[in-house]
Amino acid sequence: MKFRTLIQISALAFLTTAWAGAHAQSADKWHKECSSCHIAYPAKALPAASWKKIMSELDQHFGVDASLSPQDNQEIASYLEKNAGKRLPSGEQPTRITQSHWFKSRHEEISAAVWKRPAVKSAANCGACHKGADAGDFDEDHVHIPK
Amino acid sequence: MTRKLWLPGFMATLALVLPLATSANPVLDDYKAQARQENPAFKEFSVDAGRKLYTTVGPAQISCSSCHTDSPKNAGKHAKTNKVIEPLAPAVNPKRFAELANVEKWFRRNCNDVLGRACTTQEKGDFVAYVSSVN
Repeated sequence: MKFRTLIQISALAFLTTAWAGAHAQSADKWHKECSSCHIAYPAKALPAASWKKIMSELDQHFGVDASLSPQDNQEIASYLEKNAGKRLPSGEQPTRITQSHWFKSRHEEISAAVWKRPAVKSAANCGACHKGADAGDFDEDHVHIPK
Repeated sequence: MTRKLWLPGFMATLALVLPLATSANPVLDDYKAQARQENPAFKEFSVDAGRKLYTTVGPAQISCSSCHTDSPKNAGKHAKTNKVIEPLAPAVNPKRFAELANVEKWFRRNCNDVLGRACTTQEKGDFVAYVSSVN
C-alpha cells in the first residue's frame, strides 16, 4: 500500500514537472518570437478566439509577413489560447488589443495627441509608457508618459 | 628529433589549411551546398550581387535598407513599432547568420515583404556573402 502511494506521488510529481517544463518552454518560445518585432503582448490581453485568428493569419500580420514554422506556430497558438483572457461579454473577437473595449476604457484619459508623439508613435507601442511591458509589468504606478 | 617535430608540424599545417577549406560562416556553406545541388555549374556567391540586392526596391516601394539602414553595420528601427533592429553585419553582431532555421525564417518573411516573392538560393547566398563581407 505504502509502495503504491509512493509510486502515485512520484508519477504525479513527474507529470507536474514535465507539464511545467513544457509550459515554460512554450512561454519562452512565445516571448522570443513575438518580441522580435514588438513587445510580446500578454496572452490575457485578448480572448482565445482572437489569438486563433491572429495565429492563422501570421503571413499577413498587420501588413507584414510574420510567418513561423508550422511547429512553432502550433506551439505558440496553443500557449496563447490556453492563457488567453476571458471571452468578452460583447462577443467581440478583436485582432487589435487597442480596439478592445477594456483597452479603451483603461486609456480614456490619454488624448489623441499623446498617442501620436514620436516617442509613442502608436497605441500598440505599450513599452513607450509602460517601461516594464516586455516583462509583463503594466502596473499603473510604473507608467511614464514621454513628452 | 624529426619524429618529435612531425606532430606539431602537422597540426600547424592543419590550422592553416582548415579555415581555407570551409568558409567562416556555416550558413553560407549550407547555401553553397544547396546551390550546387540545384545547379551543378554553380561556382561562388557574389558580394556585388548581394550589395545590389540589399538596395533593390520592390513592388511595395521598400528595400532591405529601408529598415536595416544604408549599412548592415548600423542598427535600424521598425517602421511601425519603433523596435530597434540590431545590425545585420556579423562583424558587429556575431549573433547574425549563425543558425540556418532562423536565417531561413527571416528570408521567407522579408523577401515576401520586400520583393513580393521568395528569394532564390543564389540570392540568399549573395546576400549573406555581402553582409558578411562588411567590416
